[in-house]
Amino acid sequence: MNEILQENKLTAFINNLSPTSLNFSNELLQSATISLLTNDFPTTRKEAWKYTRVGRIAAIKAAPKSAISSSPTPFTIDSNALTFVFENGEFIPSLSSAIIPKGISIKSLSFCDAEELSQIGKLAKVDGEIFTAMNVAYANDGLFIKIADHIILEQSIQITHILRGKNNVSNFRNYIHAGKFSKAHIIQGYFSQNATHCFSNVVTEIVTGENAFLTIDKIQYEEMGNFHVATEEVQQDKNSTFTINTLTLDGTLVRNNLTIGVTGVNCTTNLNGVYLLKENQHVDNHTIVDHCAPNCESHELYKGVIDDSATAVFNGKVFVRKDSQKINAFQSNANVLLSDSATMNSKPELEIYADDVKCSHGSTTGQLDDEAIFYLRARGISEKSARHLMVSAFIGDVLGKIENEKVLEFTHSILKDRFGWEF
Amino acid sequence: MIKIKNLHATIDGKEILKGLNLEVKAGEVHAIMGPNGAGKSTLASVLAGREEYEVTEGTVEFDGKNLLELDTEDRAREGLFLAFQYPIEIPGVSNVNFLRTALNEIREYKGEEQISAKDFMALVREKSALVELDAKLASRAVNEGFSGGEKKRNEIFQMAMLEPKLAILDETDSGLDIDALRIVAKGVNTLKSSENATIVITHYQRLLDYIIPDFVHVLYDGKIVKTGTKDLALELEERGYDWIKAEVEAK
Ligand SMILES: Nc1ncnc2c1ncn2[C@@H]1O[C@H](COP(=O)(O)OP(=O)(O)OP(=O)(O)O)[C@@H](O)[C@H]1O
Ligand SMILES: [Mg+2]
Repeated sequence: MNEILQENKLTAFINNLSPTSLNFSNELLQSATISLLTNDFPTTRKEAWKYTRVGRIAAIKAAPKSAISSSPTPFTIDSNALTFVFENGEFIPSLSSAIIPKGISIKSLSFCDAEELSQIGKLAKVDGEIFTAMNVAYANDGLFIKIADHIILEQSIQITHILRGKNNVSNFRNYIHAGKFSKAHIIQGYFSQNATHCFSNVVTEIVTGENAFLTIDKIQYEEMGNFHVATEEVQQDKNSTFTINTLTLDGTLVRNNLTIGVTGVNCTTNLNGVYLLKENQHVDNHTIVDHCAPNCESHELYKGVIDDSATAVFNGKVFVRKDSQKINAFQSNANVLLSDSATMNSKPELEIYADDVKCSHGSTTGQLDDEAIFYLRARGISEKSARHLMVSAFIGDVLGKIENEKVLEFTHSILKDRFGWEF
Repeated sequence: MIKIKNLHATIDGKEILKGLNLEVKAGEVHAIMGPNGAGKSTLASVLAGREEYEVTEGTVEFDGKNLLELDTEDRAREGLFLAFQYPIEIPGVSNVNFLRTALNEIREYKGEEQISAKDFMALVREKSALVELDAKLASRAVNEGFSGGEKKRNEIFQMAMLEPKLAILDETDSGLDIDALRIVAKGVNTLKSSENATIVITHYQRLLDYIIPDFVHVLYDGKIVKTGTKDLALELEERGYDWIKAEVEAK
């Protein structure tokens, strides 16, 4: 298995990348290197990549690292947030908040000491995971966030990543630790400006400590012509509440791997997703909620609106381990296809090894209700507005899960700009 | 107001309307009665522009315009309103939200200004009071979880909001208790003027005690086969439709 492969697409790809200058442990770097040397880009023969072809990513001839422009980003979701801006994976101090409130430690990985860097790689395994391995061995930079115990952050933390230029590959790495009894809200925004054939390969490890309350809003809005693979590995300690809202609003190919390991008792987990696709976009959400401890609940709601010849994939797994009793796990995926050539592949999966659990899952894919559209038109509403009303009604409940006003406002502005949906 | 001449319409190749004639003038109330399956709802659907139906012959002139050439939404904007026999539920779309969109699109069509939020809310209050529709229902998702009677009342509420020239009420009375019936009738009567007209499709004479029709028509086998005054409704209630069928067949 660990046989070193000859020249393949992956080795050709990484040959153009610059090895990371971050001081990760040798052990981590070594396992990443081995993983890369013994694997290739996944093909559709691999179950987890059955519907998503990464050939177009593999075909990128990564440009040599060039100086970043450091020009201001036109994308600011929350102007009052503690903001950290990265361009093609590199930190831009001049655009980032300099004053950090007491009780939290936030810095780019390039400013982290060995002790801090030793946290990296504990949750996101590199073995067999080439995107995670690449993210280690060729890491550009990323953000390290540590919120001390009992700290309640009023201000949001905003990570803004922007792609610029052509053939740029960003291996972007984040670490988030919410201490015991802490509370924080983090916005992750992925954007691009005049970018094409760029690839964001993002890995974020998240530890939600005992009784912590952590909310992440992730917005993916990279232009068509760019590619994005995100891997989030989350660990929830007891009594914690973790919420992640994933909004995928643009991008040629977007793959999200979200894995939440609920290792403590009495946890609440919320994962919501909205993906709105048109043209020939491809968006793939793979989620795993792994209930390893009793008395927890998880709520998963992913909704997609797919137009033109776009394709979306949803694969949601919920595991309830043996002895994880009293689990309430709900999962739902619903999709609307706006065109005959739009495609959805949805696969919800439940694996339950405990007996005292309440779980449900469901998946629906359909068209907008013609009867409803007729009803609305019969009241004087144009077909276009009627469809907007129906789409807005459809995604309304997921958008309703987003509590942060700034994020909602921003989302609505994109819905209007990109889709002409105003509601 | 509306002139229907020799209207033939088919669905899935089956002819349902077979040469229907009807003229309704401003200020009038017409009742259409007739046995199940006669084509009453089909007529309403064809007038509203439901695309499943194909008009194979005949003309419909609405306020001087060729109605059959207009899209559904433009028919509504010209002042045609259909209260559906079976109003559907539209989860997630709020009643008032969609009515504001409708009102504004109708106004835009007529080259009028948009309604202000304040005026709109005042209108909602006034009209929901008229049909005694709970303000909470008015702002809920369209018909979602409404009782049968509430759905019908919501249709009349929408009619009151949009103030159409011609309203077609397709069995708005069925499923209503006596109080609701009175309320719906009050709504219709309050909105009645010399400028507008109403077509009520019903199976029950009792509605016509509240909404007094100028004419009562019998629609049978895709045609209007008999026209009379409100006494005809009483007669139908007593005698049923067999004698009408016999009359038609005798011809
Ligand atoms: N898709 C269809 N294909 C064939 N026949 C149809 C179709 N849809 C409706 N019909 C028929 O058209 C006829 C007229 O139906 P319509 O609903 O207009 O009757 P109605 O007069 O409103 O009856 P009711 O009093 O029961 O409401 C019925 O015989 C019905 O079965
Ligand atoms: Mg009918």
